[in-house]
Amino acid sequence: MSEALLRVRALDVSYAVQQRGRNVRLRALRGVSFELLRGEALAVIGESGSGKSTLGRAVLRLIDVDAGEIVFRGQDLLRLRGEALRRMRAHLQMIFQDGLSALDPRMQIGAILGEPLQVFRPELTRAERHAAAGAMLERVGLTRAQLGRYPHEFSGGQAQRIGIARALIVGPELIVCDEPLSALDVSIKAQIAALLKSAQQETHVALLFIAHDLPAVRQLCDRVLVLYLGRVMEIAPTEALFRAPVHPYTRALLAAVPVPDPRRARARRIAPLAGEVPSALAPPSGCVFRTRCAHAVDRCAQEVPELRAIGHSLVACHRAEELIGSAPG
Amino acid sequence: MPSIRATADVPATVLQIRGLNVRYLTPGGSVTAVDGVDLDVHAGECLGIVGESGSGKTQLLLSILGLLPPQARIGGSVRYRGTELLALPADQLNRVRGARIAMIFQDPMTALNPYMRVLDQLREVACLHDGLTRKAAEERALAMIEGVHIGEPARRARQYPHELSGGMRQRIMVAMALMAEPEIILADEPTTALDVTVQAQVLALLQEVRERTGAALVLVTHDLGVVAQLADRIGVMRAGKLVELAGCEELFAAPRHPYTQSLLRALPSLDGIP
Repeated sequence: MSEALLRVRALDVSYAVQQRGRNVRLRALRGVSFELLRGEALAVIGESGSGKSTLGRAVLRLIDVDAGEIVFRGQDLLRLRGEALRRMRAHLQMIFQDGLSALDPRMQIGAILGEPLQVFRPELTRAERHAAAGAMLERVGLTRAQLGRYPHEFSGGQAQRIGIARALIVGPELIVCDEPLSALDVSIKAQIAALLKSAQQETHVALLFIAHDLPAVRQLCDRVLVLYLGRVMEIAPTEALFRAPVHPYTRALLAAVPVPDPRRARARRIAPLAGEVPSALAPPSGCVFRTRCAHAVDRCAQEVPELRAIGHSLVACHRAEELIGSAPG
Repeated sequence: MPSIRATADVPATVLQIRGLNVRYLTPGGSVTAVDGVDLDVHAGECLGIVGESGSGKTQLLLSILGLLPPQARIGGSVRYRGTELLALPADQLNRVRGARIAMIFQDPMTALNPYMRVLDQLREVACLHDGLTRKAAEERALAMIEGVHIGEPARRARQYPHELSGGMRQRIMVAMALMAEPEIILADEPTTALDVTVQAQVLALLQEVRERTGAALVLVTHDLGVVAQLADRIGVMRAGKLVELAGCEELFAAPRHPYTQSLLRALPSLDGIP
């Protein structure tokens, strides 16, 4: 678990949008760099509009990127075309937020699970595909007998299990999970999180786990990448991040998580992060977080902070050293 | 504002729910959404109602204000200060809902009228319930928008819902609920659609509003973290039934019903989060 499976370098992604009738570029990701090791689960967290989903889509080559490098299994994904890209996708799967709408309502579950095998393992016979689909369905906690059912006959949690089965069936090395737990109830969420965790331990598949549910991130992921307005704020091992977050934004994000313990919830009384995320069309100069940061100084408005190593973490904050050990807030 | 305050021992009950049943007749037979719920809401308290999808928590809230669809069959009793709401004709019920009992919905984008400026929607509440003049209603609306900590209230008031962020829209919903100075605020998953940072802001606002106005808050949510922070008492719903009702600390420290215990066990550990 030491070799980099995915290396993203200086990734820039923008969207064309209209503002007062004029075409402008909304820069969704700016200079994003990180590595994902084989078998590792890396969480990507941040508020709506931080660029988390854009990052997942860029890695899957579902959207075009402006600049940068996405090296997966030693090959630059951005240079792959046609058949080579299609073959690479066998190693690169995705799980979506809304499990039910991610399944074709007109296809039986057996066909849904058989299709990726048909594409990536054409040597298999129909019977072999059927057997593999049945085994995979049992692996995710459903029964072989349900192969003939249609998506609408399943609950949201079951649909998510089928989505996981579909991603796992081709034996990928990386699964991009875009908020796979967000739409689920508490008890179902715990079950699906446990399923993802056990599947990951068994198959050593790496996960790029896009989420805003921090407790689930803590349960599932080895490291966490924090995004804000398209820039990386902090990358840290999960336990280090939860116990001693360095970046002021990470601290604010953790402080906002409701704690299901009345005494602690009332004792902490941390002032919520004021204001809202600024528009990505007019992001603040320098550090993009400075307009909401309690620690901002003049330098933060002038210089974009580089991501640099602080202890076990990578942190993009001019004042990171001073903030270590200070009270969060 | 009625200034009836709960005494230490016997809290005044503002809402009394007894044997509440909600059923739907479907081609496949009768489906029970709420099943014999008994519940009191005390003056000024925050009562949390937790449960998973389909537990009946939203149906319970909607039935209080007579907002269920026509095919719903409702039985039992919901009394607001002695008045039976379930039997009230629409015109009298309209004097209670929005005025004495207000509601905050999960999705402000669908709860607000997309064709009306924020100010007009708020003003409508005051004109309708308190018979204020246009001018007076506008002043109150602006004060309410300011009261929910929206910057530049005068400019925001003239915008349409789609021009506001999700957090701001939910603040507008809170302002709208407060317009007629209600005694009870019913909130259905008010922060579920929001980011954690914005959720923290809206929860702080709800807490502040309660302290400022003395209104009781019935907070329906699936998130035990949300009720842990705000609620005085918590009711747990499952399959239409209220399976447990306890003080907030008591429920977390010593849950009695096996279902409550399993809900608490399903929570991932948060040790170390500051």
